[in-house]
Amino acid sequence: MTFNKTASLSVVLSMTAGVAFAETEITWWHAMGGQLGETVNQIAADFNASQSDYKITPVYKGSYEETLTAGIAAFRAGEQPNIMQVFDAGAATVIGAKGATIPVQDLLADNGIAFDINDYIAGVRYFYADSDGKMIGMPFNSSTPIMYYNMDALEKAGVSAPKTWEEFQSVTAPALKGAGYTPLSQSHLPWIFTENFMSRHNLPFATNNNGYDGVDTKILVNNDAIKAHFSAVTEWQKDGMFEWFGTGWGDNAKPFEEGKVAMWLGSSGSFGGLLNKDLGFDFSATMLPYWEGVTKEPTQTFIGGAALFAMAGKSAEENKATAEFFRFLTSAETQYFWHKETGYVPITNAAYDMAGKDGHYERFPAAEVGIQQLTLPAGDNTKGYRMGFYVQIRDVMNREYGRILTGETDVDSAFKAIEEEANKLLERFAKTQG
Amino acid sequence: MKRAGFTNRWLPVLLLVPQLIIIAVFFYWPAGYAIQSSFYLQDPFGFGSTFVGLENYTDLLSASEYRKVAWFTVIFTLLVTFFSLALSLLLAVKADNILRGAKTYRTLLMWVYAVAPPVAGFIGIMMFDQSTGPISNFFKSLGWDFTLGVNYFDTASAMVIVSVWKQVPVNFIFFLSGLQSIPRSVREAALIDNRSGMGRFWDVTFPLLAPTGFFLLIINITYSLFDTFGVVDTLVKGEPGNNPMTLVYKVYVDGFRGNDLGGSSAQSVILMVLVLALTIFQFRLVERRIHYT
Repeated sequence: MTFNKTASLSVVLSMTAGVAFAETEITWWHAMGGQLGETVNQIAADFNASQSDYKITPVYKGSYEETLTAGIAAFRAGEQPNIMQVFDAGAATVIGAKGATIPVQDLLADNGIAFDINDYIAGVRYFYADSDGKMIGMPFNSSTPIMYYNMDALEKAGVSAPKTWEEFQSVTAPALKGAGYTPLSQSHLPWIFTENFMSRHNLPFATNNNGYDGVDTKILVNNDAIKAHFSAVTEWQKDGMFEWFGTGWGDNAKPFEEGKVAMWLGSSGSFGGLLNKDLGFDFSATMLPYWEGVTKEPTQTFIGGAALFAMAGKSAEENKATAEFFRFLTSAETQYFWHKETGYVPITNAAYDMAGKDGHYERFPAAEVGIQQLTLPAGDNTKGYRMGFYVQIRDVMNREYGRILTGETDVDSAFKAIEEEANKLLERFAKTQG
Repeated sequence: MKRAGFTNRWLPVLLLVPQLIIIAVFFYWPAGYAIQSSFYLQDPFGFGSTFVGLENYTDLLSASEYRKVAWFTVIFTLLVTFFSLALSLLLAVKADNILRGAKTYRTLLMWVYAVAPPVAGFIGIMMFDQSTGPISNFFKSLGWDFTLGVNYFDTASAMVIVSVWKQVPVNFIFFLSGLQSIPRSVREAALIDNRSGMGRFWDVTFPLLAPTGFFLLIINITYSLFDTFGVVDTLVKGEPGNNPMTLVYKVYVDGFRGNDLGGSSAQSVILMVLVLALTIFQFRLVERRIHYT
């Protein structure tokens, strides 16, 4: 009896194993927690349901930094996942390690999947590409910094959302302050007030074509335009027109959500989260302001967020499965679903058109702001940046900016310190590539 | 007298092997690897690397930021060790004198022992929250505009307070059992010689507690240097920014967040040497003055 049971059980097990064997299984390590993670799981489930040859398993690995570190450790042990999500600041590390990943453009071509970089919206194309413009990582959760505003607050103050920082300084902020609000907060000083500040004004961020053309790169952050910006920010802070609540993202978003801060610079990807919260006021969004004194022709910003990299060292069948998943992921339907659920921008023009035709932007005009900003005219310095040890460079920026805003240092010494330490880090990174 | 021993000289070696293997795998091997890595700058994926000699060390020691972190660590360790020992000793002496409800009192004091450092950190975040934290509101009512995560000094204070709070129960348990093992006869004899409670404590009780105190001193220094990692990490919310951090946290920030394996290894080696020096110093200089009964 017992023997029979065991025997029949093993028959059942071998049968299910047989079924599973016909499918090629691949894994996907990502850093999308909470509601974003649920949307990721939904995309994976939809892919698995759409066909029967491949099965993808998404695994949440913690923060962006934790996911990258886990992926590196796994790669060194020969147990890397098929797909790894790597964030903007880690791009130089993963792209620099030639042989760690298969360029996504090659992967698709090898598996007979059509690829044309012009199908992707302009601001998305080249951030994760090499210096020749070949796409290495597939942009996934792509966002760009935009300005959210409390519509009730602006109405009460009798102003509209500012287009330029000059307008903010002379008109918007004083009116909002008069109406009893803290006019402005922001959530990521290196990303919004540094990297995208450069792109918005078409200023070079680093030598070597913003770092894309080599590793002997020097950062160009110590310039008059950005120093003037930070001097203005500290003035605003003194006059009660700007407030800084620490380095954490959420600490600066919270006062906006609570209705104390009237305008908040965050990510276009924050849209879905804000929409699902019961804020108690109507909000909308506009493009990142620029200094008219610096440029009359503001340019596009580039994407933040993260990309998916196909890890090397996998079998041809598994690579085929990864390629098929990328085909599914970049389809207009999947991109529109992702865009609608999360607020991250759709990465292809087809998905953008689909969202427009479906009336998504008539219902939620704020959802379109990020894409409009990413499709503004491009310049020489707007495709992104490629710098090694960039996580630490950002840490240095955060440290010095925090010191500026708590009065521990002045703008000139802070930018001098950032320049020196960043260049030291870049020099060290160049040696890791030797 | 007959000397006990092994007849076969290989048997003791064989019996020691399991322990030696564990030490080798979990200490000597990684430590050796860290020392080796500290002389290289390498691509985290393991493709490229350059031998740079002592450059990782000279870079660190010439960086004013690293020295700043080191100074913070020293001050932080002194404060946390002093306050957790002093507070727990005070509580233990008071608890030792209680006759009624002693068990409840002791249990309540030991409770926090079960809290893990990151959980302690999270409780700290709630208590010190910029807008809703009861402790920051209390400080604000005293005129101290306490802003966790914004002001360097405020964040440092929160780190010290949370770390001390977390460590007091451990020390309390040891001090209390230390106190209870002091013989009754000694205390009664002291009572005749000296009527002042304070005097009796410093002349009799404190020296008799010294072995416990010395043990706890080492434990607490190690705790402040290493085990407060979870508290630091949660209080800065993984984004150090302009907030203070300890040397161990910097190893993590540069190595695990920033993927600078060489620089991070050099920091680990420096820490290893520091701890070794500290331990030798403690045993050579402090332990000599302690009398075990």
